[in-house]
Amino acid sequence: MKAISIKNLSFQYSGQKDLCLDNLSLEVLEGERFGLFGPNGAGKTTLMSLMTGLLTADHGSIELLGHNVSHNKKCINKLFGFVPQDFSFYQDLSPLENLEFFGAWAGLKSEEIKKRSIELLDVLGLTEVGDKQVRRFSGGMKRRVNLAIAVIHEPKILFLDEPTVGVDVQTRHAIVNYLLELNKKGTTLVYTSHQLSEAESLCEKVALIDEGKIIAQDTLNGLLSIHHQDRLEGLFLNLTGKAYRDS
Amino acid sequence: MFKLWATLVKDFRILTRDRVGLTLMFIMPIILVIVITSIQSSTFELVNDNKVPLILSNRDNGKASQELIVAIKEMGMFEISETKEDFNEKEIADFMHKKDALIAIIIPKDFSNKISLKAKDIAGKALNEFGVTEETGESPKDLVDPLTLYYHPVLQESFRYSIQGALRSALQIVESKEILQTLYFSLNEKELPKGLENEIINNQIPINEIPVSRDGSRNIPNATQHNIPAWTVFAMFFVVISLGSSVVKEKLSGSFIRLKTLPTSYFIALISKQISYLLVTLAQVVVIFSIGVFLFPLIGLPKLNLPSDLVGLLIVSLISGWCAISYAIAIGVFAQTQEQANGFGAVSIVILAAIGGILVPSFAMPESFQVLMILSPLHWCLESYYGLFLEGGTLGDIIMNLIPLLAIITVLQIIVLLGLKRKNLV
Repeated sequence: MKAISIKNLSFQYSGQKDLCLDNLSLEVLEGERFGLFGPNGAGKTTLMSLMTGLLTADHGSIELLGHNVSHNKKCINKLFGFVPQDFSFYQDLSPLENLEFFGAWAGLKSEEIKKRSIELLDVLGLTEVGDKQVRRFSGGMKRRVNLAIAVIHEPKILFLDEPTVGVDVQTRHAIVNYLLELNKKGTTLVYTSHQLSEAESLCEKVALIDEGKIIAQDTLNGLLSIHHQDRLEGLFLNLTGKAYRDS
Repeated sequence: MFKLWATLVKDFRILTRDRVGLTLMFIMPIILVIVITSIQSSTFELVNDNKVPLILSNRDNGKASQELIVAIKEMGMFEISETKEDFNEKEIADFMHKKDALIAIIIPKDFSNKISLKAKDIAGKALNEFGVTEETGESPKDLVDPLTLYYHPVLQESFRYSIQGALRSALQIVESKEILQTLYFSLNEKELPKGLENEIINNQIPINEIPVSRDGSRNIPNATQHNIPAWTVFAMFFVVISLGSSVVKEKLSGSFIRLKTLPTSYFIALISKQISYLLVTLAQVVVIFSIGVFLFPLIGLPKLNLPSDLVGLLIVSLISGWCAISYAIAIGVFAQTQEQANGFGAVSIVILAAIGGILVPSFAMPESFQVLMILSPLHWCLESYYGLFLEGGTLGDIIMNLIPLLAIITVLQIIVLLGLKRKNLV
């Protein structure tokens, strides 16, 4: 079954001349680990925001597990979890307090929240600081809190927008391993990052996006083979060029 | 219900950890209410309890000037210091500053003699009218030199007029006595008996002064009764700093993005914020009123007398608090940054407090401002409290002040909903 189905999607920010996403179509199957890559400004975060309902498309449709994103937001929002690039929690609360609040908003009962919180803090190495204010945490610990909140309701699809930016090797390793564990249990992962070596170990299928269009999409090995590359970084530069993309 | 409970718990945790916000919401109004009540209380005492310091320079040696001094003393309004009779204007000014006196009076030379001449002139005219004596000829004009009154420039005009009135009354007594004595002597060729003189001069009809109140209580309004409700309303609206910026902070932080991707309406967050901050505003009322009741008497300030209608007081506090919260949320929804919310919030509250009669009494405002006054929610909150605290009213008496407040709340809530709808949040 298709976890995500995007058809002819177009989106333009108000006040901007060019389309941010131009007639884009994409499919992700259930249980896949899907990587979405592209240079800065390619449209990755916009596409993520459209898939999670934070933005509304101008044209085209997005379906998550057969439900149209723009029609039944309340139902759709139960299906996925989202790890935004920014820290998305209350810094004045502890990890446990954040999980308690966001768990309730995700529709869990009090008992379920308690059980899941203990599990998540344990698996992400946060048990000892579970009742400390997040404000004083290191970047790596905050990234793990960010991830824990996104998966407290055991979503079927998990969107990850640069989930390991700014963390040390140990934290990155722990996060990637946890994501692989989740995927083994059936969670579909949709991942975007500039950490291409990390992407190689996490993603089985990738799409390269540039200037609002998908320029390549296949399994990682398939794309590397077609373009005669042995690393994702080489493939990336080959398809998107070496020029700066600051604008 | 569990979602609302979890949100309330979250809001209370964040609120109680926001030390700056708590300081602004509780410590600042407490300091304000103590400082301003202390200052205004001394002004009230100056007008109501204390005697006005007065310097008197008597350049006359006669009986009438002594009688005038006695009449002024008997009024009980002044604390008199007499000076040398030959003080000039500069010396008077220096003496006033040295003695901290607000007014000085100079009784001119030959005052008694001229009062006596004037009395004889008037008595002569009166006797002539009755046909008892014949015309005595032209009466001299401006017979008595004027008294000179110096006053400190800080003295308010209304207060100066009341002092002038008191002095005129004292002068009137002296002049009337002189005329009466002259008339009596002319008719009977003997002195006016003291008893009769007192009966005629001092037998004025008394005036009963009663402060008007709806509940029949005789509490005299003081600085505490005025200031505690006024600064409580101000403190309630000052939650804009904490609540307005909390809404903006949530909006700008990543947590808001996450809230938007969860299967719960932002209405829950709004309801939670309204409930939690309504409890904060009620806590402000309890703390500030308790200070008025328990602390003020200990530090020499008048005690706050709570109104008889405590249910009315609770309802006024709830509606006032809800109005303050609605205003703060509206600011938070439309502000783009915390700086905007704090800056605009604080300045707008000070302006609304000024036109609402909290900083300056509403009756002292120009007419154009009195029209604007009805737009200030603080004005309606204050009028509702004053109806209970100063007029001794009940909820029924102040209902017409609560209706505009409820209308303002409705408008603010609609503005908030439209703002959230425009931002695709509800």
